[in-house]
Amino acid sequence: MHRELRSHIIKLLSADTRLDGRKSTEYRKPIEVKYGIVKTAEGSARVRIGETDVIVGIKMEVGEPYPDTPDEGTIIVGAELLPLSNPEFELGPPGIQAIELARVVDRGIRESKAISFKKLCVEPGKKVWMLLIDICTLNDAGNLFDASSLAALAALRDAKYPEFDGEKIDYKEKTNKKLPLEKLPIAVTVAKIGSEFIVDPDIDEERAIDSRLTVSSIDDGTLCALQKGGDYPLTLEDITQMVEIGIQKAKELRKFL
Amino acid sequence: MTYKQRIDGRGFDETRPIEAEVGIIPRADGSAMFKIGNTWAYAAVYGPRNLHPKFLQDPQRGILRCNYNMMPFSSSGERVRPGGSRRSKEISLVTEKALFPVLNLEEYPNSVVDVFIELPQTEAGSRCAGICAASMALADAGLEMKDLVSAVSVGKVGDKLLVDLDYSEESYADGPVADIPIAIMPNSDKITLLQMDGEVNKEELLKLLEMGKKVCRQIYELQKKALKEKYHEADG
Repeated sequence: MHRELRSHIIKLLSADTRLDGRKSTEYRKPIEVKYGIVKTAEGSARVRIGETDVIVGIKMEVGEPYPDTPDEGTIIVGAELLPLSNPEFELGPPGIQAIELARVVDRGIRESKAISFKKLCVEPGKKVWMLLIDICTLNDAGNLFDASSLAALAALRDAKYPEFDGEKIDYKEKTNKKLPLEKLPIAVTVAKIGSEFIVDPDIDEERAIDSRLTVSSIDDGTLCALQKGGDYPLTLEDITQMVEIGIQKAKELRKFL
Repeated sequence: MTYKQRIDGRGFDETRPIEAEVGIIPRADGSAMFKIGNTWAYAAVYGPRNLHPKFLQDPQRGILRCNYNMMPFSSSGERVRPGGSRRSKEISLVTEKALFPVLNLEEYPNSVVDVFIELPQTEAGSRCAGICAASMALADAGLEMKDLVSAVSVGKVGDKLLVDLDYSEESYADGPVADIPIAIMPNSDKITLLQMDGEVNKEELLKLLEMGKKVCRQIYELQKKALKEKYHEADG
């Protein structure tokens, strides 16, 4: 924790401004969603929030279902915190930071039931579609949670099934069939610093915050996933406010899809 | 068998369309994008920075470290499993050797210059695209350089000698194929990368290297133009 930075940010927030001049619940600009940028993927999207830049690609495979859900397909989310995107990221297998990011994105999609897993079934007990969703960071300028969730959702919207003859997939041929996407879960990370709340922390603010809560909600405001992070506890009052901010901001972000 | 015409209609001495841009990763000390046809590479440079663990340090000069990586969704076939493969490790090594001769790291003892190459989308020629992007990123990082490095593949498909093989040409089934990725320091014509798969005779090889040199000079102009665009904007 950077103590001086923290007290400086708190002082700025008491005048309702931030290091880069934003209001407390204002996202960086521009927010940009680009669809279908990777031709080799079945679905892809690139999301920029300010200088934060993330690519998500989806490859689709047919595999055996899990024994306890024989008529359901599945999603597998991976996150690569590429050393190209941040001087502190290192080569090697995903560390805990990457695993947490992948799991938070996974839960937003899975628990909102944005995708009906039953519709991904090809042949019960034998063949189901598996969506391999990979997050790759190009530039980490803070708030990878929200950028990655938004990019994953956009890539799902973009995805088209490859040609499948019942035995083999022909990746060279894409069909016009889209994924059964039924809801749009959006993650908003609300950070607490001192007694203030902010959204979309940049890289300096991320170093100075006390705690964070990632709130995933769908179109009607129903919550579908939460993740608290940071070293400090939250009170019930904190959570009430943070969830409210999360739901409101999700409505704003959804417009960029 | 004669290979009469390229599938995409290019001339035999013509590359696929190229796009180059410098400075797209603000957190890096230097960065660049290089796209050739459907092959797309990003490179970021970090350093010179402190090298850990310490036993890797060279007290005489800084070292160069390159890492080539395909994103999991970058292949037109199945998902590429993250983490290095034998192939990506070898490409990282030859990339390092292709770039090292243009650098002067003697002023940076005990340090490292890290080059990370990432490919969101590939279709043949990815190591050359990575090298082109990396050399622009090194220049963008402000490192002292003797030259840029420009890279392309040359080769033989059926009975034709040509440049910048695409996937259909690499896997041409009706005749012999040779795929020769090369990298050149355009101002001295020195070759810093040379590999080959396939079969050609000596005369053909020399002809191909001449063709490669010519194309690398064209690529060099595009790389320079991209660098000038960024720094011109900065001046204005």
